[in-house]
Amino acid sequence: MLRVQGVSRRFGGLLAVNGIDLELRAGELVSIIGPNGAGKTTLFNLISGHDRPDGGRVTLEGRDVTGFSPERLAGLGLARTFQHGRVFANLSVMDNVLIGGHTHLKAARPALPGIGALAELLLALVRPRSVRAEEAALRAEVTGILGLFGDRLVPRIDHPAHSLSYANRRRVEIARALALRPRLLLLDEPTAGMNETETMEIQQIVGELKAQGHTILLIEHKLGMVMRLSDRVLVMDGGRAIAEGPPERVRHDPAVIEAYLGNSATGGETPAEMAAVA
Amino acid sequence: MNWGTWLDYTVNGLVIGNIYALLAVGLALIFGVANLINFAHGSIYTVGAYVGWVCITHLHLPLLLTVPLVLLASAVLGVAIERLALRPLHNASRIAPLLATIGISLVLDQVTQLVFTPNPRALPSPLPDWRFQIGGGSIGTLDVLILAVGLGTAGVLYAFLRFTKLGWAVRATAQDMDAAKQMGVDTNRVNMSVFAIASALGGLSGMLVGMYYNNIDPGMSFDATLKGVVAQIIGGMGNVPGAIAGSLLLGLIESYGIALFGTSYRNLFAFVLLILILIVRPNGLFSSAKETPPEPMTGSFVARGKPLAIPRPVLVAVAVLAVFVPFVDSDYVVQTATNALLYGLLALSLTLVAGTVGMVSLGHAGLLAIGAYASSLMAIELGLPVTLSIALAGVVTAVIGTLLVFPAFRMRGHYVSIATLAIGQIVALVILNWNSLTRGPIGISGIPPLSFAGIPLYDAPQAYWFVLVVVVALALLQARVLSSHLGRTWRALRDDDVAARAHGIATDRYKAMAFAFGGFGAGVGGAVTAHLYSYINHETFNAQISVLALTIAILGGLGNITGALLGSVLLVGLPEVFRGLAEYRMLIYGVVLLLLIRVRPQGLLGTA
Repeated sequence: MLRVQGVSRRFGGLLAVNGIDLELRAGELVSIIGPNGAGKTTLFNLISGHDRPDGGRVTLEGRDVTGFSPERLAGLGLARTFQHGRVFANLSVMDNVLIGGHTHLKAARPALPGIGALAELLLALVRPRSVRAEEAALRAEVTGILGLFGDRLVPRIDHPAHSLSYANRRRVEIARALALRPRLLLLDEPTAGMNETETMEIQQIVGELKAQGHTILLIEHKLGMVMRLSDRVLVMDGGRAIAEGPPERVRHDPAVIEAYLGNSATGGETPAEMAAVA
Repeated sequence: MNWGTWLDYTVNGLVIGNIYALLAVGLALIFGVANLINFAHGSIYTVGAYVGWVCITHLHLPLLLTVPLVLLASAVLGVAIERLALRPLHNASRIAPLLATIGISLVLDQVTQLVFTPNPRALPSPLPDWRFQIGGGSIGTLDVLILAVGLGTAGVLYAFLRFTKLGWAVRATAQDMDAAKQMGVDTNRVNMSVFAIASALGGLSGMLVGMYYNNIDPGMSFDATLKGVVAQIIGGMGNVPGAIAGSLLLGLIESYGIALFGTSYRNLFAFVLLILILIVRPNGLFSSAKETPPEPMTGSFVARGKPLAIPRPVLVAVAVLAVFVPFVDSDYVVQTATNALLYGLLALSLTLVAGTVGMVSLGHAGLLAIGAYASSLMAIELGLPVTLSIALAGVVTAVIGTLLVFPAFRMRGHYVSIATLAIGQIVALVILNWNSLTRGPIGISGIPPLSFAGIPLYDAPQAYWFVLVVVVALALLQARVLSSHLGRTWRALRDDDVAARAHGIATDRYKAMAFAFGGFGAGVGGAVTAHLYSYINHETFNAQISVLALTIAILGGLGNITGALLGSVLLVGLPEVFRGLAEYRMLIYGVVLLLLIRVRPQGLLGTA
């Protein structure tokens, strides 16, 4: 599904990502963990096209997508959420998630070379039956996705996103990514800033997504969730991969313990807690 | 051209460059600490020129006394602006301070005009008129003075920033205001000092320019702001040495440009250079970093809030009432109403681009000009029926407008406003210089009147109804587009373009669609205006109209269609009703803009 080969990114004198290799098979859930500043989000940005690697290759379903624009990758079925949450503040919950389905608007966005944009504008004015039907179907799909989050989002469907709680904004982001019908889903710390209950809810939802066969790449600090959900774990520190493998093995890897002990002030949970939850 | 003449042009370029430098350094300092392009800077420059004029021609003061007085008066003005108009906006949306400085400049320029009359004044240089021969060229005492002031200022400023405690505080604030605050820097005091210094230099620049050309007038401020901004962008925003280098470069390029092509091309060089720099090196010529710095201006420009829901029957009732306006039987009222509707067309277009898509355009009048010229020329030269030429003018404007603004699609925040402002100016300058097509400075006269089905509409009510139909039709079309997937796509782009791209939205494509739609409306508006006026020239659609359109859009609520129309009626219609106020019109617009930003940034009907 996704193959990352020797990808690097340099910011000035700092090698933020240093020769990372990563492979993700269809239906797998792989987690990336590591202390703050390890390069996890930078790696995400390199995969999702928000940043260009200085070296290395990214292939998606056998196709070299290195340096593709984010919108092109979204068209190929790559969806992501953002570390600090980026919802469209003035859009309603419904509209936020409808944006996620943008790539699936086929009738409204005819693929005519050269005059596609003009045709799209005219169709938006005329709005023939096919366009209306497509929009209605997308709305129904979005309502279904919002239902995944129980009564967290459904009662607020017409509220502007800026009026939501932090946790609800993160939920909107996940819903928006799901509306893209992702072939590959990148979740960047979906539970950041959430309390215990909220974290459990997200864990459950991610678990269900995995059970449905979604391919997921997850950055997460909450190791309990990582250990429970992951097929494999990649541990990063200082831009490098310091360990990779099944959660069981990674947990006992001396390099990992060293990295976490060395950064225990910043990293969140210590290996002791790691062991305790697993 | 011989060697001596070249030397003269070089000296002239360096002198003008030094004058720009005095402006640009101030703008750079202000951008550094306040992250703001101060559009009122040129107005302070004008005030400085007039203070100098009063001192020299009325009070007969010597130059040694005049200069400190000009510095002092301008500094006080700058401090007042910072304290009264900008500091209260610290927590407002990010475009608010920029718009506030536009409001201030409208107020200051109008006040200057009311006090000193719009007539140009002579500002003679009190220096002895010696000229020194160098090579084949010559250099005058005033040239020497200006060069010395430029060099001296650069030196003093360097020492101030480098070696004084306040200078350190200024640099610290420019790097990171929050960190500076935490270290005990009084950032309010820093801001105030910077405004004082910047304004003092700006005022001095105005006086020197007045002496150099022996001519000052209240309209000189706008050009000054633009030149300062261009020079600053060449050198890199907020970069003080860069601003000086950029100014000298701009002065030289203009001077040589005039030598080669003639005076009317002068500003064209400045603006084309600006656009090129913004595209190729947005951080300026002298910055080493290739990446754009962490963008301080991203995020939504639009105040949060929900638009006021106006029931459809009310809208229909208002539209029906509007049909009966001509029955008041006063041509004056009908013409005013027509005029308000025409601004409504422009505001509809701008509220889409600036409000819904979030690209705050300051050059929207350029689209009117394109539409007006396109329709007039098609009707006159090709003999097309007026209704057809108006519709085609809309299409032409959509195409040309989108292509012109295309380079700005990748820009963000204040850069978009500057780029569109420059593009608006470029349109006017191209019209002025493209004699064979546009008849240059003479303008186009004898434009056929509006007509429908071959019948010319000569009287005011007919023209009014024609315009009303066009406005209502375009407003309905815009509402329909906004209710489609395009509406949410555009708003998503405005709120967060990074997230929008991550969900497959191609920025350029959707911005182009918005500009095409808005360009069509504005082009039709310009075309209708041309056929109503029967005469247009390159100054008919000036930057003041762009600013007025933006004020209207903000008044109604950015992105709000009904708001744009309401805003036009209020801002264009009402001052006409109270005819005595006509003289104070720009003053009223400025005050309205300032009050809105301060009190009701979401506009009367709310942002959409």
